[in-house]
Amino acid sequence: MSLLGEDIVTEDGLFVVNMGPQHPSTHGVLHLKVWLDGETIHKIEPHMGYIHRSIEKMSENLSYRNFIFATSRMDYLAAHINNEACALAVEKGLGIQATPRAKVIRILMGELTRLASHQLWWGCTGLDLGAVSPFFYAFRDREAINDIMEETCGARLTQNYVVPGGVMFDIHPNFQKRTKEAIANFKRNLTDYDKLLTGNVIFENRTKGVGILTKEDAISFGVTGPTARASGLSCDVRKWFPYSGYENVEFDEILATEGDCFARYMCRMAEMRQSVRIIEQLIDNIPEGDFQEKTKAVIKLPKGEFYQRVETPRGELGVFIVSDGAASPYRVKYRSPGFSNLSALSTMAKGGKIGDLVAIMATIDLVIPDIDR
Amino acid sequence: MKEPGYFKTIYLSVKSLLTGMRMTGYYFTHPKETHTEQYPDNRATLKMMDRFRGEVIMPHDETNEHRCTGCQSCEIACPNGSIKIITKQEVNAEGKKKKAIDTWVYHLDMCTMCNLCIVACPTDAIKMGQKFEHSVFDKSLLKKILNEPGSKVKSGVE
Amino acid sequence: MKTVLTISLSSIAGHIHQWLEKAIGNPTIVYLIDMVLVAVCLLVFLVLLCFFLGWMERKVAAFMQIRLGPNRVGPKGSMQIVADTVKLLFKEGLTPAASDKFLFHLAPMIVVIASMMVCAPLAFAKDFQIFDISIGVLYVSAVSSLGIIGILMAGWSSYNKYSLLGAMRSGAQIVSYELSIGLSLISVVIMVGSLKMSDIVMSQSDGWWIWKGHIPMIISFIIFVVASTAEINRAPFDLTEAEQELTGGFHTEYSGMKFAMFLLSEYINLFVVSAIAATLFLGGWMPLHIGHLQSFNHIMDYIPSSIWFMGKTMFIIFIIMWFRWTFPRLRVDQLLNLEWKYLLPISMVNILLVTLMAIMGWHF
Repeated sequence: MSLLGEDIVTEDGLFVVNMGPQHPSTHGVLHLKVWLDGETIHKIEPHMGYIHRSIEKMSENLSYRNFIFATSRMDYLAAHINNEACALAVEKGLGIQATPRAKVIRILMGELTRLASHQLWWGCTGLDLGAVSPFFYAFRDREAINDIMEETCGARLTQNYVVPGGVMFDIHPNFQKRTKEAIANFKRNLTDYDKLLTGNVIFENRTKGVGILTKEDAISFGVTGPTARASGLSCDVRKWFPYSGYENVEFDEILATEGDCFARYMCRMAEMRQSVRIIEQLIDNIPEGDFQEKTKAVIKLPKGEFYQRVETPRGELGVFIVSDGAASPYRVKYRSPGFSNLSALSTMAKGGKIGDLVAIMATIDLVIPDIDR
Repeated sequence: MKEPGYFKTIYLSVKSLLTGMRMTGYYFTHPKETHTEQYPDNRATLKMMDRFRGEVIMPHDETNEHRCTGCQSCEIACPNGSIKIITKQEVNAEGKKKKAIDTWVYHLDMCTMCNLCIVACPTDAIKMGQKFEHSVFDKSLLKKILNEPGSKVKSGVE
Repeated sequence: MKTVLTISLSSIAGHIHQWLEKAIGNPTIVYLIDMVLVAVCLLVFLVLLCFFLGWMERKVAAFMQIRLGPNRVGPKGSMQIVADTVKLLFKEGLTPAASDKFLFHLAPMIVVIASMMVCAPLAFAKDFQIFDISIGVLYVSAVSSLGIIGILMAGWSSYNKYSLLGAMRSGAQIVSYELSIGLSLISVVIMVGSLKMSDIVMSQSDGWWIWKGHIPMIISFIIFVVASTAEINRAPFDLTEAEQELTGGFHTEYSGMKFAMFLLSEYINLFVVSAIAATLFLGGWMPLHIGHLQSFNHIMDYIPSSIWFMGKTMFIIFIIMWFRWTFPRLRVDQLLNLEWKYLLPISMVNILLVTLMAIMGWHF
């Protein structure tokens, strides 16, 4: 034991700093115990559970219609996609499919959600690296998407728009017009994003070659989403296990090989362009028909296990339902992308500076309630 | 890829920095781009989207009649128990006993605005209101009784 | 010319001094009273200036970030900063239990005193200077680096890990950036041949150094602005505070009035470095004169010298604010890279060029 105690300075002279649970760059109540050698990071230990609300356990007492709403509070930036994952899992159990119209609406809403999430991420990345202005430009564009959500779904963040068999109600008459406007504006503003951060020499220096995650590490930690794709691991669920009709839309899976913060940044920037591409393909081609497949008032899943994975802005979200034939699930398990991505943080940040840790956390795009659930 | 030389690095760096400054400078000199809403000042003109979910309300018509039969579908559909319906037995004109609501208790403090009760209601008795200014100093004010005193169910609603 | 009433800051100061001499007589006491008056005036001026700068910073930030900024308290939100000051005054000043109490209380004072001391040789207007010391530039560069002692003290005495890291960063930062500042100051001193602030201003009566000195002077000016932004710990060089990394850096544990003093010193420093840049490179209180355009020059002369000085200072302050609200923060090793690999070599070559120019008389 050193004189000051192991929690301040370790025996071999490492300085222990507790980042969080109240720290400006942890984006929530994440607690990182960081062992520092001067400014250099030696080891990181994430401590979690500060925002655990036992959504999985809660779901066991709710019906198959009701348990979906709680997933909006997991990854609150991609609430729609979370809801969709649950609805898809229930549909899988029932052996039904959503109507063609509902499927397209789900994709459109999902991609709008992805855009909104990536915009927020872009703003926060700038903010974490010390540039405050990007945050406001990002929020300006995100606001337009939130307005679309509010108009059609009734809520801005926790939409709860998806129900088993389709969507809760039809799209708003203004939906197409508003979406086209927002997308057109966003495409113009995307050049601003590049001017402000992408090409900036300080930003490049802060991110290039920082926090490298190799492909092997990405696989062994179970990292998914843009974080893994920046390391060259092809893992887009929309391509590999298409759901909701993603097999019918044209888009590219963005891959990079560097695996550093800048590659992750560029991956997400390119993904925004792909989302825009998907929305532009579908916005004028929403098929007519019902928005909801008829389901029984009380949904009962047959006995068995059902797993559905979707691609959230942060990576692969898996919903695993064990049913014993009753009106509520026997057990629900969510495989959240943030949890696996966070586990790679220590590997990425080792040997870097404190400033690098912040850059890495920003580009992994952590959402803490998603990690703790 | 060859690293750019010393002077080229300086040139490119300064150029990239000036690009960024030009952008913020553009917004500084164009106050029309301002995107914020002046919230308490624009209350008169502020209109929420028609589907916006602010609270559960129960519309009553001019004769103080609502459409709620007291079937409790919403209570069952509510995932977090923010609805509590107390029913009573009412004798109608023909002398038959019929179930009717006594009080329709709505706990706004527990509600997550998930819209499941509205979807579940078979008689369209409740809907989502657009009011969003719910702050109060006393939590008990968030417990609301939605059916108005003396109101009764509209005839013909089953 | 005694009949013409000339109202200038220097004449007002002179009249007050004469009146005091007549009323009291004893020159020692008169000088003492003068000093107290000057100190009070400077304090009031600096505090009011900081209010203005705080408001200006918020407005500049807001307009760059497509929002309006403070607009509730007072006209256009101008009284917001007063409200904030009142709040800070009434706020509980917490002292960490394990801190070094004496140093903890002393640190904010040292920071403020050091930044106020630099104001002494500044030429605020024509013939209006607190102390026209013969080694003005040397005094400025010597005293301005005193503030770092306060920051180190604050970081050490807080008994907080973030504060300590912030203070250590600040030490490395100031040690390196002092060099660039010194070298770019020297380039002006070489041209003028004097360290005295009034001489430097007078030497620019026929044109500001940034025009007269050709490209080397422009390079000096840019280096001075960049390095002084780093020295006063403003973004993108605000590693000592680095909110996203160290929560608050050296002032993490400070609250209430002690925190306000750090804030005060930040704005005074901002003003001081901008004022020095304006004095050395942009001609201080000298009005803008263009060649032989006599009528234009006369109009320019009509604008009071104090307004010229403040206008130029505000221009540089605006540029430094512009930096802050555009750029991401540098990392600690990149900060040192920038200094030792770019700014220092460039300014050394620059000094050679300036010296050559001064010897050959190639400037205007």
